[in-house]
Amino acid sequence: MSRSHEIAVDIGGMPILLRTQDSSFRQLLARRYAGFVDSSSSPRFAFDIDLVTPSPEMESDEEVHVEMQDGQWHLRRGDFRARWDPRAGQGSIRQSANPYSIDSVLRIVHTLILAQEGGFLLHAASAIRHGRAFLFSGMSGAGKTTISRLAPPDATLLTDEVSYVRRTGDEYRACGTPFAGELARVGENRSAPVDTLFLLAQGPENKIEPLSAAEAVRCLLRNILFFAEDVELVKLVFRAACEFVDRVPVRRLTFVPDQRVWDLIQ
Amino acid sequence: MTEKYIARSTAIAARMLGGEMMIMSAVDSTFFTLNQVATAIWQAADGRTPLAEIVARIVCEEFDVEPEVARRDAEQFVDELAQHGILLVSDRPFENPPVEAA
Repeated sequence: MSRSHEIAVDIGGMPILLRTQDSSFRQLLARRYAGFVDSSSSPRFAFDIDLVTPSPEMESDEEVHVEMQDGQWHLRRGDFRARWDPRAGQGSIRQSANPYSIDSVLRIVHTLILAQEGGFLLHAASAIRHGRAFLFSGMSGAGKTTISRLAPPDATLLTDEVSYVRRTGDEYRACGTPFAGELARVGENRSAPVDTLFLLAQGPENKIEPLSAAEAVRCLLRNILFFAEDVELVKLVFRAACEFVDRVPVRRLTFVPDQRVWDLIQ
Repeated sequence: MTEKYIARSTAIAARMLGGEMMIMSAVDSTFFTLNQVATAIWQAADGRTPLAEIVARIVCEEFDVEPEVARRDAEQFVDELAQHGILLVSDRPFENPPVEAA
Protein backbone atom coordinates (compact mmCIF):
# COMPACT_ATOMS: atom_id res chain seq x y z
CA MET A 1 0.00 0.00 0.00
CA SER A 2 1.44 3.37 -1.01
CA ARG A 3 1.94 6.12 1.53
CA SER A 4 -0.31 9.15 1.56
CA HIS A 5 1.19 12.64 1.62
CA GLU A 6 -0.88 15.38 3.18
CA ILE A 7 -0.89 19.14 3.30
CA ALA A 8 -3.40 21.51 4.92
CA VAL A 9 -4.00 24.67 2.91
CA ASP A 10 -5.57 27.36 5.08
CA ILE A 11 -7.19 30.18 3.13
CA GLY A 12 -9.50 32.57 4.98
CA GLY A 13 -9.17 30.59 8.20
CA MET A 14 -10.75 27.61 6.43
CA PRO A 15 -8.13 24.83 6.33
CA ILE A 16 -8.61 22.14 3.69
CA LEU A 17 -6.58 18.95 3.81
CA LEU A 18 -5.20 17.71 0.48
CA ARG A 19 -3.99 14.10 0.21
CA THR A 20 -1.90 12.68 -2.60
CA GLN A 21 0.08 9.51 -3.17
CA ASP A 22 2.74 11.52 -4.97
CA SER A 23 5.38 13.15 -2.75
CA SER A 24 6.61 15.45 -5.53
CA PHE A 25 3.07 16.78 -6.06
CA ARG A 26 2.84 17.42 -2.33
CA GLN A 27 6.05 19.44 -2.63
CA LEU A 28 4.58 21.35 -5.56
CA LEU A 29 1.53 22.19 -3.41
CA ALA A 30 3.78 23.27 -0.54
CA ARG A 31 5.57 25.70 -2.86
CA ARG A 32 2.37 26.92 -4.53
CA TYR A 33 0.62 27.62 -1.22
CA ALA A 34 3.64 28.77 0.77
CA GLY A 35 2.39 31.11 3.49
CA PHE A 36 -0.98 29.34 3.54
CA VAL A 37 0.15 25.92 4.75
CA ASP A 38 -1.05 25.20 8.27
CA SER A 39 -0.16 22.08 10.21
CA SER A 40 -1.61 23.28 13.52
CA SER A 41 -5.32 23.51 12.81
CA SER A 42 -7.85 20.72 12.26
CA PRO A 43 -9.10 20.85 8.68
CA ARG A 44 -12.88 20.78 8.31
CA PHE A 45 -12.64 19.35 4.81
CA ALA A 46 -10.37 16.82 3.11
CA PHE A 47 -9.78 15.94 -0.54
CA ASP A 48 -8.03 12.89 -1.99
CA ILE A 49 -6.23 13.83 -5.18
CA ASP A 50 -6.04 11.16 -7.86
CA LEU A 51 -3.31 12.18 -10.28
CA VAL A 52 -3.74 10.95 -13.84
CA THR A 53 -1.47 11.05 -16.86
CA PRO A 54 -2.32 14.02 -19.08
CA SER A 55 -4.58 12.86 -21.90
CA PRO A 56 -6.67 14.53 -24.62
CA GLU A 57 -9.72 13.89 -22.43
CA MET A 58 -8.15 15.86 -19.55
CA GLU A 59 -6.99 18.68 -21.80
CA SER A 60 -10.28 19.62 -23.42
CA ASP A 61 -11.64 23.18 -23.37
CA GLU A 62 -14.78 22.19 -21.49
CA GLU A 63 -15.90 25.07 -19.28
CA VAL A 64 -16.50 24.73 -15.57
CA HIS A 65 -19.70 23.05 -14.38
CA VAL A 66 -20.74 22.86 -10.75
CA GLU A 67 -23.85 20.91 -9.80
CA MET A 68 -25.39 19.50 -6.64
CA GLN A 69 -26.53 15.88 -7.02
CA ASP A 70 -27.63 13.61 -4.19
CA GLY A 71 -26.04 15.77 -1.52
CA GLN A 72 -22.69 16.02 -3.31
CA TRP A 73 -21.22 18.82 -5.34
CA HIS A 74 -19.90 17.67 -8.72
CA LEU A 75 -17.23 19.94 -10.20
CA ARG A 76 -15.86 19.46 -13.65
CA ARG A 77 -13.83 21.33 -16.22
CA GLY A 78 -11.74 20.13 -19.14
CA ASP A 79 -8.75 19.57 -16.88
CA PHE A 80 -10.37 18.16 -13.72
CA ARG A 81 -13.23 16.18 -12.21
CA ALA A 82 -14.04 16.56 -8.52
CA ARG A 83 -16.69 15.54 -6.02
CA TRP A 84 -17.32 17.01 -2.63
CA ASP A 85 -19.73 15.94 0.08
CA PRO A 86 -20.03 19.03 2.31
CA ARG A 87 -21.80 17.19 5.11
CA ALA A 88 -19.18 14.44 5.33
CA GLY A 89 -16.43 16.99 4.72
CA GLN A 90 -14.83 14.61 2.20
CA GLY A 91 -14.08 14.97 -1.47
CA SER A 92 -11.95 13.70 -4.33
CA ILE A 93 -10.20 15.37 -7.25
CA ARG A 94 -9.03 13.76 -10.48
CA GLN A 95 -6.48 15.82 -12.38
CA SER A 96 -2.98 15.75 -13.80
CA ALA A 97 -0.03 16.93 -11.72
CA ASN A 98 -0.38 20.66 -12.25
CA PRO A 99 -1.12 23.52 -9.82
CA TYR A 100 -3.81 25.19 -11.94
CA SER A 101 -6.49 22.53 -11.64
CA ILE A 102 -6.25 22.24 -7.85
CA ASP A 103 -6.24 26.03 -7.65
CA SER A 104 -9.55 26.19 -9.51
CA VAL A 105 -11.08 23.43 -7.40
CA LEU A 106 -10.09 25.26 -4.23
CA ARG A 107 -11.61 28.51 -5.50
CA ILE A 108 -14.89 26.78 -6.30
CA VAL A 109 -15.01 24.93 -2.98
CA HIS A 110 -14.36 28.15 -1.09
CA THR A 111 -17.16 29.94 -2.97
CA LEU A 112 -19.53 27.15 -1.92
CA ILE A 113 -18.39 27.27 1.71
CA LEU A 114 -18.52 31.06 1.90
CA ALA A 115 -22.01 31.28 0.36
CA GLN A 116 -23.43 29.35 3.29
CA GLU A 117 -22.19 31.96 5.75
CA GLY A 118 -22.87 35.12 3.76
CA GLY A 119 -19.36 35.60 2.37
CA PHE A 120 -17.91 35.38 -1.13
CA LEU A 121 -14.84 35.43 -3.34
CA LEU A 122 -14.65 38.63 -5.34
CA HIS A 123 -12.76 39.71 -8.44
CA ALA A 124 -10.90 42.35 -6.45
CA ALA A 125 -7.53 43.37 -5.18
CA SER A 126 -7.42 44.01 -1.45
CA ALA A 127 -5.04 45.50 1.04
CA ILE A 128 -4.88 46.33 4.73
CA ARG A 129 -4.02 49.87 5.74
CA HIS A 130 -4.14 51.23 9.30
CA GLY A 131 -5.79 48.00 10.45
CA ARG A 132 -8.68 48.17 7.95
CA ALA A 133 -9.14 46.30 4.69
CA PHE A 134 -9.94 48.02 1.40
CA LEU A 135 -11.28 46.10 -1.59
CA PHE A 136 -10.75 47.26 -5.20
CA SER A 137 -13.10 45.43 -7.50
CA GLY A 138 -13.43 45.20 -11.24
CA MET A 139 -13.10 42.82 -14.13
CA SER A 140 -9.91 42.43 -16.17
CA GLY A 141 -8.47 45.80 -17.17
CA ALA A 142 -10.27 47.77 -14.45
CA GLY A 143 -7.02 48.44 -12.58
CA LYS A 144 -6.69 45.76 -9.87
CA THR A 145 -3.07 45.05 -10.71
CA THR A 146 -2.28 48.74 -11.18
CA ILE A 147 -3.65 49.82 -7.81
CA SER A 148 -1.87 46.88 -6.15
CA ARG A 149 1.41 47.86 -7.75
CA LEU A 150 0.96 51.46 -6.55
CA ALA A 151 0.27 50.44 -2.93
CA PRO A 152 2.47 52.31 -0.43
CA PRO A 153 4.87 50.44 1.89
CA ASP A 154 2.49 50.72 4.86
CA ALA A 155 -0.22 48.76 2.99
CA THR A 156 -0.32 44.97 3.28
CA LEU A 157 -1.41 43.39 0.00
CA LEU A 158 -3.93 40.56 0.50
CA THR A 159 -4.32 39.79 -3.20
CA ASP A 160 -4.19 41.52 -6.57
CA GLU A 161 -6.84 39.30 -8.12
CA VAL A 162 -9.32 37.37 -5.94
CA SER A 163 -10.42 38.73 -2.56
CA TYR A 164 -11.76 36.53 0.19
CA VAL A 165 -14.64 38.05 2.17
CA ARG A 166 -15.88 36.27 5.28
CA ARG A 167 -18.86 37.25 7.36
CA THR A 168 -18.99 36.78 11.12
CA GLY A 169 -22.12 38.24 12.63
CA ASP A 170 -22.38 41.80 11.35
CA GLU A 171 -18.66 42.03 10.57
CA TYR A 172 -17.02 41.40 7.22
CA ARG A 173 -13.32 40.52 7.09
CA ALA A 174 -11.09 40.44 4.04
CA CYS A 175 -8.51 37.64 4.13
CA GLY A 176 -5.35 37.18 2.11
CA THR A 177 -5.36 34.62 -0.69
CA PRO A 178 -2.71 32.83 -2.72
CA PHE A 179 -4.75 33.55 -5.85
CA ALA A 180 -2.51 35.97 -7.73
CA GLY A 181 -3.16 37.91 -10.90
CA GLU A 182 -0.77 39.69 -13.24
CA LEU A 183 1.37 40.82 -10.32
CA ALA A 184 2.19 37.12 -9.76
CA ARG A 185 2.63 37.84 -6.07
CA VAL A 186 0.92 35.67 -3.46
CA GLY A 187 -1.00 37.76 -0.92
CA GLU A 188 -0.18 37.98 2.76
CA ASN A 189 -2.02 35.47 4.93
CA ARG A 190 -3.63 38.10 7.15
CA SER A 191 -7.09 39.54 7.61
CA ALA A 192 -8.82 42.74 8.74
CA PRO A 193 -12.34 44.18 8.97
CA VAL A 194 -13.54 45.54 5.62
CA ASP A 195 -13.63 49.33 5.58
CA THR A 196 -14.79 50.10 2.03
CA LEU A 197 -15.37 48.35 -1.28
CA PHE A 198 -14.21 50.48 -4.20
CA LEU A 199 -15.43 49.78 -7.72
CA LEU A 200 -12.54 50.71 -9.96
CA ALA A 201 -12.51 52.94 -13.00
CA GLN A 202 -9.56 54.73 -14.57
CA GLY A 203 -9.99 58.38 -15.50
CA PRO A 204 -8.39 61.83 -15.73
CA GLU A 205 -8.57 62.60 -11.99
CA ASN A 206 -8.71 60.83 -8.64
CA LYS A 207 -12.18 60.90 -7.12
CA ILE A 208 -14.51 58.86 -4.95
CA GLU A 209 -18.23 58.88 -5.69
CA PRO A 210 -21.21 57.32 -3.94
CA LEU A 211 -23.36 54.66 -5.61
CA SER A 212 -27.02 53.84 -5.15
CA ALA A 213 -27.67 50.58 -3.30
CA ALA A 214 -29.07 48.98 -6.44
CA GLU A 215 -26.05 49.97 -8.51
CA ALA A 216 -23.72 48.71 -5.77
CA VAL A 217 -25.50 45.34 -5.64
CA ARG A 218 -25.52 45.09 -9.43
CA CYS A 219 -21.76 45.76 -9.65
CA LEU A 220 -20.98 43.49 -6.71
CA LEU A 221 -22.95 40.60 -8.23
CA ARG A 222 -21.07 41.10 -11.50
CA ASN A 223 -17.75 40.59 -9.71
CA ILE A 224 -18.55 37.80 -7.25
CA LEU A 225 -17.02 34.48 -8.32
CA PHE A 226 -19.92 32.17 -8.80
CA PHE A 227 -19.99 28.82 -10.53
CA ALA A 228 -22.91 26.69 -9.42
CA GLU A 229 -26.05 26.12 -11.45
CA ASP A 230 -28.20 25.89 -8.34
CA VAL A 231 -31.27 27.95 -7.47
CA GLU A 232 -30.73 27.91 -3.71
CA LEU A 233 -27.13 28.99 -4.10
CA VAL A 234 -28.09 31.88 -6.40
CA LYS A 235 -30.45 33.06 -3.67
CA LEU A 236 -27.69 32.83 -1.07
CA VAL A 237 -25.29 34.85 -3.21
CA PHE A 238 -27.92 37.50 -3.92
CA ARG A 239 -28.69 37.79 -0.21
CA ALA A 240 -24.97 37.97 0.61
CA ALA A 241 -24.49 40.83 -1.88
CA CYS A 242 -27.49 42.78 -0.52
CA GLU A 243 -26.45 42.37 3.11
CA PHE A 244 -22.87 43.38 2.33
CA VAL A 245 -24.07 46.56 0.58
CA ASP A 246 -26.37 47.26 3.52
CA ARG A 247 -23.43 47.17 5.97
CA VAL A 248 -20.27 48.18 4.10
CA PRO A 249 -19.68 51.44 2.19
CA VAL A 250 -19.43 50.82 -1.56
CA ARG A 251 -17.95 53.65 -3.65
CA ARG A 252 -16.77 54.21 -7.20
CA LEU A 253 -13.07 55.05 -7.27
CA THR A 254 -11.87 56.74 -10.44
CA PHE A 255 -8.11 57.06 -10.49
CA VAL A 256 -5.11 58.24 -12.41
CA PRO A 257 -2.52 55.47 -12.36
CA ASP A 258 0.02 56.99 -9.99
CA GLN A 259 0.68 56.78 -6.22
CA ARG A 260 -1.47 59.80 -5.33
CA VAL A 261 -4.63 57.68 -5.48
CA TRP A 262 -3.56 56.08 -2.21
CA ASP A 263 -3.85 59.51 -0.52
CA LEU A 264 -7.62 58.97 -0.77
CA ILE A 265 -7.46 55.52 0.79
CA GLN A 266 -6.93 56.02 4.50
CA MET B 1 -60.49 40.17 -23.28
CA THR B 2 -58.83 37.33 -21.35
CA GLU B 3 -58.19 37.97 -17.68
CA LYS B 4 -54.58 37.68 -16.59
CA TYR B 5 -53.27 36.55 -13.21
CA ILE B 6 -49.69 36.97 -12.04
CA ALA B 7 -47.69 35.27 -9.27
CA ARG B 8 -44.16 35.76 -8.02
CA SER B 9 -41.95 32.79 -8.85
CA THR B 10 -40.11 31.04 -6.03
CA ALA B 11 -37.04 30.69 -8.29
CA ILE B 12 -36.03 34.26 -7.64
CA ALA B 13 -34.37 36.31 -4.95
CA ALA B 14 -35.79 39.73 -4.11
CA ARG B 15 -34.93 42.47 -1.68
CA MET B 16 -35.84 46.07 -0.97
CA LEU B 17 -32.67 48.09 -0.37
CA GLY B 18 -32.24 51.85 -0.26
CA GLY B 19 -35.87 52.26 -1.30
CA GLU B 20 -35.42 50.17 -4.46
CA MET B 21 -36.72 46.68 -5.12
CA MET B 22 -34.08 44.40 -6.60
CA ILE B 23 -34.90 41.06 -8.12
CA MET B 24 -32.60 38.37 -9.44
CA SER B 25 -33.65 35.32 -11.38
CA ALA B 26 -32.17 32.22 -9.78
CA VAL B 27 -32.54 30.49 -13.15
CA ASP B 28 -30.57 32.78 -15.47
CA SER B 29 -29.14 35.28 -12.92
CA THR B 30 -30.72 38.29 -14.66
CA PHE B 31 -30.98 41.27 -12.34
CA PHE B 32 -33.75 43.84 -12.28
CA THR B 33 -34.28 47.03 -10.32
CA LEU B 34 -37.94 48.00 -10.13
CA ASN B 35 -39.35 51.52 -10.02
CA GLN B 36 -42.14 52.36 -7.58
CA VAL B 37 -44.99 51.41 -9.89
CA ALA B 38 -43.37 48.11 -10.87
CA THR B 39 -42.67 47.39 -7.21
CA ALA B 40 -46.34 47.93 -6.39
CA ILE B 41 -47.39 45.48 -9.14
CA TRP B 42 -44.75 43.01 -7.94
CA GLN B 43 -45.98 43.17 -4.37
CA ALA B 44 -49.59 42.70 -5.47
CA ALA B 45 -48.78 39.66 -7.64
CA ASP B 46 -50.44 37.11 -5.36
CA GLY B 47 -51.68 34.78 -8.10
CA ARG B 48 -55.33 35.46 -7.26
CA THR B 49 -55.91 39.15 -8.03
CA PRO B 50 -56.48 39.88 -11.75
CA LEU B 51 -53.81 42.11 -13.30
CA ALA B 52 -56.55 44.50 -14.48
CA GLU B 53 -57.66 44.94 -10.87
CA ILE B 54 -54.10 45.53 -9.69
CA VAL B 55 -53.67 48.18 -12.36
CA ALA B 56 -56.98 49.89 -11.58
CA ARG B 57 -56.82 49.68 -7.79
CA ILE B 58 -53.12 50.31 -7.21
CA VAL B 59 -51.39 51.81 -10.23
CA CYS B 60 -54.09 54.21 -11.39
CA GLU B 61 -55.27 55.28 -7.94
CA GLU B 62 -52.01 55.43 -6.00
CA PHE B 63 -49.79 56.74 -8.79
CA ASP B 64 -52.33 58.81 -10.69
CA VAL B 65 -51.66 57.19 -14.07
CA GLU B 66 -54.11 57.17 -16.98
CA PRO B 67 -55.78 53.72 -17.21
CA GLU B 68 -54.71 53.04 -20.80
CA VAL B 69 -51.08 54.02 -20.14
CA ALA B 70 -51.03 52.04 -16.88
CA ARG B 71 -52.45 48.93 -18.56
CA ARG B 72 -49.95 49.07 -21.44
CA ASP B 73 -46.95 49.62 -19.14
CA ALA B 74 -48.07 46.87 -16.75
CA GLU B 75 -48.50 44.38 -19.60
CA GLN B 76 -45.02 45.21 -20.88
CA PHE B 77 -43.50 44.86 -17.42
CA VAL B 78 -45.25 41.56 -16.77
CA ASP B 79 -44.18 40.16 -20.17
CA GLU B 80 -40.56 41.07 -19.55
CA LEU B 81 -40.40 39.51 -16.10
CA ALA B 82 -42.32 36.47 -17.32
CA GLN B 83 -39.71 35.91 -20.05
CA HIS B 84 -37.12 35.43 -17.31
CA GLY B 85 -39.37 33.23 -15.18
CA ILE B 86 -39.60 35.91 -12.49
CA LEU B 87 -43.36 36.33 -12.78
CA LEU B 88 -45.70 33.46 -13.59
CA VAL B 89 -48.71 34.30 -15.75
CA SER B 90 -51.99 32.44 -16.13
CA ASP B 91 -55.44 33.12 -17.57
CA ARG B 92 -57.01 31.78 -14.38
CA PRO B 93 -56.22 32.22 -10.67
CA PHE B 94 -53.40 30.05 -9.35
CA GLU B 95 -54.82 27.41 -7.02
CA ASN B 96 -51.72 27.25 -4.84
CA PRO B 97 -49.73 30.30 -5.88
CA PRO B 98 -45.99 29.61 -5.77
CA VAL B 99 -45.51 33.05 -4.30
CA GLU B 100 -42.15 34.30 -3.10
CA ALA B 101 -42.28 36.87 -0.30
CA ALA B 102 -42.66 40.38 -1.70
